[in-house]
Amino acid sequence: MTAVLQSVLDPAGPQAAHISWLWWLMFWVTTAVFLVVFALTLAAVWRGGRAQAAIADTADKPLAAAVSFGVALTVVILFGLLGATMWTHRAVLALGAESAVTVNVTGHQFWWEFEYDEAVPSQRVTTANELHIPVGRPVVLKVTSRDVIHSFWVPNLQGKRDLIPGIMSAIWLQADRPGVYRGQCAEFCGKQHAHMAFEVVAEPDAQFERWLDAQRQLASAPQSAAASHGRDVFLTTQCVLCHTVRGTPAAGKVGPDLTHVGTRGKIASGTLQTKPDDVAQWIRDPQHVKPGSQMPPTRLTDADVQALSEYLVNLK
Amino acid sequence: MLEDPQELEETWADEPGLWGWLCSVDHKAIGRRYLGTATVMFLLAGGLAALMRLQLSRPENPLMGPDLYNQLFSTHGTTMMFLFAVPVMQGLGVYFVPLMVGARSIAFPRMVAYSYWMYLGGCIFLYTSLFLNTGPDVGWFSYPPLSEQLFDPTKRPDVWAQMITWTEVASLAVAVSIITTTFKLRAPGMALNRIPMFVWAQVVTSFMVVFAMPAVMMASTALILDRLVATHFFDVDRGGDALLFQHLFWFFGHPEVYIIFIPGTGIVSTIITTFSRRPMFGYLAVVLSLVSTAFIGFGLWVHHMFATGVPQLGASFFTAASIIIAVPTGIQFFCWIATMWSGKVELKSPMLWMLGFFWVFLIGGLTGTMLAAVPLNIQVHDTFFVVAHFHYVLIGGAVFPLFAAFYYWYPKIVGRMLSERAAAWGFGLFFIGFNTTFFPMHILGLHGMPRRIYTYLPETGWGPLNLVASSGALFMTAGVIVVLLDAWRARHAGALAGDNPWAAPTLEWTTSSPPAHSNFLHPPTVGSAYPVWQDSPDQAVVVGLRSDVRDVLVTHLLDTEPDHRSVFPEPSIWPLLTAIATSVMFIGSIFTAWAVVYGSIPIFITMVGWFWPKSPDEGGTQPWPATERTLPLPNEAPEGAMP
Amino acid sequence: MSARATVDVSRLAPGGFGNRSLMYWGTLGMCLIEGTAFALTIASYFYLRTRNPQWPPDGIAPPSLLWGTVNVAVLLLSGIPNQLARKAAERVDLHAVRVWLVVCLLFGIAFNAVRVIEYFTLNVLWNTDAYGSVVWLLLSLHTTHIVTDFLDTLVLTTLMFIGPVEEKRFVDVEENAVYWYFVVGAWLPIYGVIYWAPRLI
Repeated sequence: MTAVLQSVLDPAGPQAAHISWLWWLMFWVTTAVFLVVFALTLAAVWRGGRAQAAIADTADKPLAAAVSFGVALTVVILFGLLGATMWTHRAVLALGAESAVTVNVTGHQFWWEFEYDEAVPSQRVTTANELHIPVGRPVVLKVTSRDVIHSFWVPNLQGKRDLIPGIMSAIWLQADRPGVYRGQCAEFCGKQHAHMAFEVVAEPDAQFERWLDAQRQLASAPQSAAASHGRDVFLTTQCVLCHTVRGTPAAGKVGPDLTHVGTRGKIASGTLQTKPDDVAQWIRDPQHVKPGSQMPPTRLTDADVQALSEYLVNLK
Repeated sequence: MLEDPQELEETWADEPGLWGWLCSVDHKAIGRRYLGTATVMFLLAGGLAALMRLQLSRPENPLMGPDLYNQLFSTHGTTMMFLFAVPVMQGLGVYFVPLMVGARSIAFPRMVAYSYWMYLGGCIFLYTSLFLNTGPDVGWFSYPPLSEQLFDPTKRPDVWAQMITWTEVASLAVAVSIITTTFKLRAPGMALNRIPMFVWAQVVTSFMVVFAMPAVMMASTALILDRLVATHFFDVDRGGDALLFQHLFWFFGHPEVYIIFIPGTGIVSTIITTFSRRPMFGYLAVVLSLVSTAFIGFGLWVHHMFATGVPQLGASFFTAASIIIAVPTGIQFFCWIATMWSGKVELKSPMLWMLGFFWVFLIGGLTGTMLAAVPLNIQVHDTFFVVAHFHYVLIGGAVFPLFAAFYYWYPKIVGRMLSERAAAWGFGLFFIGFNTTFFPMHILGLHGMPRRIYTYLPETGWGPLNLVASSGALFMTAGVIVVLLDAWRARHAGALAGDNPWAAPTLEWTTSSPPAHSNFLHPPTVGSAYPVWQDSPDQAVVVGLRSDVRDVLVTHLLDTEPDHRSVFPEPSIWPLLTAIATSVMFIGSIFTAWAVVYGSIPIFITMVGWFWPKSPDEGGTQPWPATERTLPLPNEAPEGAMP
Repeated sequence: MSARATVDVSRLAPGGFGNRSLMYWGTLGMCLIEGTAFALTIASYFYLRTRNPQWPPDGIAPPSLLWGTVNVAVLLLSGIPNQLARKAAERVDLHAVRVWLVVCLLFGIAFNAVRVIEYFTLNVLWNTDAYGSVVWLLLSLHTTHIVTDFLDTLVLTTLMFIGPVEEKRFVDVEENAVYWYFVVGAWLPIYGVIYWAPRLI
């Protein structure tokens, strides 16, 4: 199980923990029920197989009692499970609101837009595909979609919630220990549904606030000649039609915000690493990595692509 | 006063040759066609699944891209749910319900013939589309907005939507026929508590079809209207709502699975009764369980939508209902076990598959109670856990019983016995393969693997279990091949079956194997629920029906007193022609809405041809002008039926 | 074999009226199916209502009551010749059946013509918004039935004039009346929803 990235049974937050508890309860109860009922079935077949003749109806009274007992026991067990379910449901919904962080989540084909909500608009942070949250504080996610139905799901922390265009839905979660928790779109949304992952980075509060602050800053200036050339390529080609890099003229809203893309561990919704070679591969031919995604291939020279990826990887 | 057997058989036989085959209104021929076509659909959809498993057997498999994979899983699901599971159960009903109630024919035989041609048309249409790279590609439930014109501008969702309406017309037609057959064509003496459990299951299912199918027809019609003529049912920018589709679809979708499962329970009851050599324990409880399952089944649909964020109170109601529905099924389970416990059990091939049913369906039903719980549901919804669950309940609750039914009724339909040994091998391979493929999927779902993904990254850790699951598919295929080969061999080389090789109790076993064209030389009356076992040898037979026309006895709904005779239609080409006209209209309507208007004209013409009487027929009702009414009104006594 | 007890049905009538007839049950089945479709569409109407703050939305006024109400009257009145045709069928009075079926057809032309006017005087188009879509769907579902009902009555009437007529055909006339009642009855809730709901809710 340690090799598994996004397991329901490896809870890192209170809701996932409640649900995991309910899972194990139901697992053991249903396993016991299965064993008993199947054993009875085999016993019945074995007993009937050895019988000389079928029993006439008049002898059915003890059987009727047994069947009634079985049915009654079934009802009792089901009501017990129902009670456990209701209790867990209330517990999952009962996360407190104190000092909650609020994030607006918008689903796109095939990436995740996260906007940290602040009272002062200039303090809001827009990023993509990597969600940072403070450990031990509740997080409210207000989710919707820009196009088709998606579903936000990070199994280690909470159940999923569908992102439906035209509907704003609120879901709470909280991480109780630091870590990087992988999530994935869980409602079929088209050709690259399979490659629409995201990461939730849970970190101590102070670290989270520093991250948020850093995200508020404008894009850093390129430090190397290659990165500088990369910026020029970025600003003079089609990239600006879709992407935003705050602090430059690029203000496209179709694709992910790239202002601090270099701080993210992955690009293309969890598909590739944020390293020069992977970024270059992505830019050169996104349709090869994610056929059917919205990003078109580029017609840049290899040198330009390398410079571009150098620039992007250093947008920290 | 007994009929002339030879004339009777000639009256009820089809005309020879291709023409006779196309014109047949014999429910047994149509039932066989349904079963055969549904089997082909099962194999095709299974082939698609094998390709899917091949693709998923390792991470980042370059074998295929998302475009093909999306068509594969969408067509697999659409075929299994619409073109296999329901039609095969209805096909069994079309073949066996008239025999089991002691009738010479199914009610509305031409409509049943029409329904088969419609079904066949839908099948051909869907697979032709797939081979033309226009198969459905947005899942078997095609949610908007993804299935709207904006996000899928191809013809693929239109193919899906119209195929639905097309084939649902077929299902509805059969449902009405089965209900009417059971209500009005039962043998005298077959009171409500003497109706075979399989027939009860078929009637309950047919009522579910009547109330559920319109919902999916409305959903798919609204979708195609959105796509074709710019209505806005699901368009949130213009006051529509994507969730409306989900409500309409699942209002059908949940009863749909019971439409598939309840006939399965009818098969289980039948086989356990026969091979326990005793009447079903708790007949009334089992019937009431079927009925209550059907009712409750209409109140569960929102459990497919828990992840959309339904309000807590509503969610709790649907959770409770989804858990409570386990009770009637549990009652049936205990009655089956009690029947075997107190019976004399023979472990013949159908019973092997029954054991498989118990194992597989029980697991599926139990994971169902897990999925009913909202907290757990919102974790494993839309993951492979759900895929595992529904394959366990559908393959367990329908396919295993179907294999059992195959072994049980093949001798009746074909007249030859299958091989017990091949049955054991087929069962073993399929059972092992099935569990190997689908059990790991529970774990994959819990490990975070969503549904409907054409590939996955190696770092997720899902590779090994996917490989195991894919290898199971080989065993399942082998099992199916063994069964098919045996079925082929036995057609001519199997031991002759005789009328009743299993010494089974119900009426279909009192006629020859295969049954006579007229079903029964002398239509039976019954004095018990298990005529072969419990009726006296003296039990009366019906005489006095004409043998020169297709004369059928119609009885009173409640007390099965003979009510009147009815001359059933001769073979006719009009059902086929009407089905062709209807199919042309459906195909046309994918391209333009006007096809509905123009396409209606040929349909009108063929229906006039269908219903126009050929001549004052030999049915014995008076040609006009005459002087007085002879047919009785509802409140009048039927004329002398003398016991 | 020769000693087998028998039930002799040779003297039973070769048919029956009303719920004795198989076709009655088939018609009933069809009414259940179509009734379910109507009910679901009405439910969709009210569901969409909950998704729109104004109803009708987009500043559309509720539909004018005139022609829908005229059709309520025409359809209800058509029940009279329908019932008379049915009674005539039960008396196997061919002349009366012919007369009343023709009157039914005249009513059929009338309510179909009024339906055309209803479409033209509706307050919204099918592609304006979801409200328009569901109103047109509801109206069109019913229209399908008044058209089909008219056509099959037309075929039946033609048959009763040109033959071959026999006693069984009078049962068909009776069945047709049952379907006619369904089509008339179905209009009442649909009319209520289309024309009155936007005013009342």
